[in-house]
Amino acid sequence: MADVSRQTSQRQSGQSLSDIAMMPVRLAMGVIDAPLRWVQKTFGLGGMAAFFLLPNMLIFGIFVLLPFFINFAYSMTGGTALFLSDRTFVGADQYTRLFDCSNYLNPNTCAEDTFWTAVSNTGWFVILQVTLMIGASLVTALILNRDLRARSFWRAVFFFPVLLSPVVVGLIWKWILQRQGLLNFGLYGFGFEPHVWLNDRNWAFAATIGVSIWAHMGFYTLIILAGLQAIPKDLYEAAEMDGTRAMRVFTRITLPLLMPNLLVVIVLVLIRAVQIFDEVYVLTGGGPGTSTLFVTQYIYETGFAAQLRNPGLAAAASILMGLVLVVLTLMQLGLSRSSEKKGARK
Amino acid sequence: MTKTRTMLAAFAVGLLTSTAALAGDVRIMWYSDGVEGEVLKDLVDRFMKDNPDIKVTIDNVSYSVVREQLPVQLEAGDGPDIARVTNLKALSKHWLDLRPLVADAAYWDKNFGDQADWMRPDGTDQISGFMTQITLTGGFANKTLFDQAGVALPGKDATWDDWAKAAKQAAESQQVPFPMALDRSGHRLTAPDIAFGANYIGADGKPAPIDDGSKAFISKFIGWIEDGTMSKDVWVSAAGSTYRAGADDFINGQVAFYYSGSWQVPNFSTKIGSNFDWVATGSPCGPANCTGMPGGAGLVAIKYTKNPKDVAKVMDYLASEPVVKEFSERTLFLPAHKGVIDKGLDFKTDDAQAKAALGIFVTASTGLSDLARKLPGWAWSDTIYGALVTRVSQAAAGEMTLDEAYNRIDADIAAKVKDSAL
Repeated sequence: MADVSRQTSQRQSGQSLSDIAMMPVRLAMGVIDAPLRWVQKTFGLGGMAAFFLLPNMLIFGIFVLLPFFINFAYSMTGGTALFLSDRTFVGADQYTRLFDCSNYLNPNTCAEDTFWTAVSNTGWFVILQVTLMIGASLVTALILNRDLRARSFWRAVFFFPVLLSPVVVGLIWKWILQRQGLLNFGLYGFGFEPHVWLNDRNWAFAATIGVSIWAHMGFYTLIILAGLQAIPKDLYEAAEMDGTRAMRVFTRITLPLLMPNLLVVIVLVLIRAVQIFDEVYVLTGGGPGTSTLFVTQYIYETGFAAQLRNPGLAAAASILMGLVLVVLTLMQLGLSRSSEKKGARK
Repeated sequence: MTKTRTMLAAFAVGLLTSTAALAGDVRIMWYSDGVEGEVLKDLVDRFMKDNPDIKVTIDNVSYSVVREQLPVQLEAGDGPDIARVTNLKALSKHWLDLRPLVADAAYWDKNFGDQADWMRPDGTDQISGFMTQITLTGGFANKTLFDQAGVALPGKDATWDDWAKAAKQAAESQQVPFPMALDRSGHRLTAPDIAFGANYIGADGKPAPIDDGSKAFISKFIGWIEDGTMSKDVWVSAAGSTYRAGADDFINGQVAFYYSGSWQVPNFSTKIGSNFDWVATGSPCGPANCTGMPGGAGLVAIKYTKNPKDVAKVMDYLASEPVVKEFSERTLFLPAHKGVIDKGLDFKTDDAQAKAALGIFVTASTGLSDLARKLPGWAWSDTIYGALVTRVSQAAAGEMTLDEAYNRIDADIAAKVKDSAL
């Protein structure tokens, strides 16, 4: 009996202690509750959702929408002044200048030839880099998904370049590819004729693709690897028992089940390829000539680095590039929705 | 109540100090080609010892920051209090007029008057700052390479063709990759352009279309790049108007003849040392003259400073005769200060090659063409330099023909002139 009463009093004292400890929390909740109750009463449940979304929308508005509109306003002005208030309204002149071209496939016929060269370079870069990046990431992920010896080590090896800053990536490869770089040193050592890789238009372009794949492949490999590991093992076991050929297993099991991850990778690679700038700027500076000049560098050069800056023209070019990115993002949304629907139907 | 007031006052002070420059704070944005940053730090430390109420902070940055980021900061009404810059005329609307602030404006006019126009808005008598050094473009030859090849160095009035021929012989004999190199810079290209008879300034004071003089040298230059006489690496290593120097190739003994300027002397003295013998050659001649291009870096006060009086005090100190003399002697830079030049300098170096090179540049500075003297103070120089670099490098990379490059240079400059009028 005495034990029971001791236990009860201990429980009570424990309870009162936790009550005391919870008091500030309850107070705070009361303070938070009051305005939330008011919001719910006044604006209803839908209003509550909007209330909670407000901080995010504010951040999005200030850091994304507002700069977009300011950028658009800049694209409608001319001159070299930096402040919008000091700039002259020129309407769509900057866009007209960018599109003033007799043959879009031949940049030399365009008023802003460097812009169209950059567009053409970016187009080729996107086509080649995205294809090779997806292929290389997929193959690497398939290999790393197997029972390799020191698998974690190899995964780390492929992921390591992702941790490097783009400037470091550019410098490392510049030291390898330049006239007296490591590659030529090796070639010379093996009795081959050295080549000035970064002076050659085609090799320099190939280098930008190769370097960007080397630098970012690890990240995409990781996403695909996660997708591969999520595929149920029993599907493979069933296929093995049926004696299905490896290629058929890949096309009928692996690829379809990997599609959601692949879609994410494709869109991410596409967007990043359109935005390519930093490592290429360090590696080739856009040269030789303009053979590795991409749209982002054109915007940077025009708006910031040229002797007489033209922020309006740079803004117009960046709006056009933004539109391309919007189209790519919409494509991603459309594709992922259709794949979700297909998944739901199955 | 008193406590609340005190707290409010403290808060206000805290806010002010966190958002505005403190009275007595002076920031200098500085870039270095050689040891001048260290010399400046020494001099500024001494100044702060004598003026404890003024705190001078030196922000050492790369040259590209000064060229690319400072103009944007200035356009936004921001930036340091003092900066060392080279595009002095184009940015002159941002400089502070020191005339009412300096201790003795007549001293500034007398000693720095010759270059004052390079850094002030047209039609004003503003004192914006002073040249930390006068530079002159000119050539350098790797004498050891020429000697080993048994090729005589071309003489005083040798032409560009003479140098090209001799450098090619020396480079081929010694298996050096580049007979000649010229910095990827419109300013550098302009000296031989003028030597070949170019005129950049039109009758209306605006840029003239590219003329036969410029075309004569540029076509020669591209020909040299195509046949391997001139280093292609420097010119195709970037797009746009990005600056690239060929100095590292010369220092590494990869170039027989390098066209750059007097600012490389301390750099070569430090980095080449006794690796090989080198000499300054002055500028090779063209059909019109043998001019180099003057220029240099100036230290200017920025008009957005919060502490103009302190800035003027720092500028007065740095522009004073003993300080300019010490700065020039220790950095091996040619001074702009008339008094210092008249009294002579004792360059602090044991390197006989550097001393001899500086002597060559001092002599060459007396043989400049009128146009070369005029261009540093002309508002459109940088515009022409930018267009030249961009398009000539495209021609060098084989992206366009020379005629296309000339048309593009004219179109680029016309577009810039139109833009600036808006």
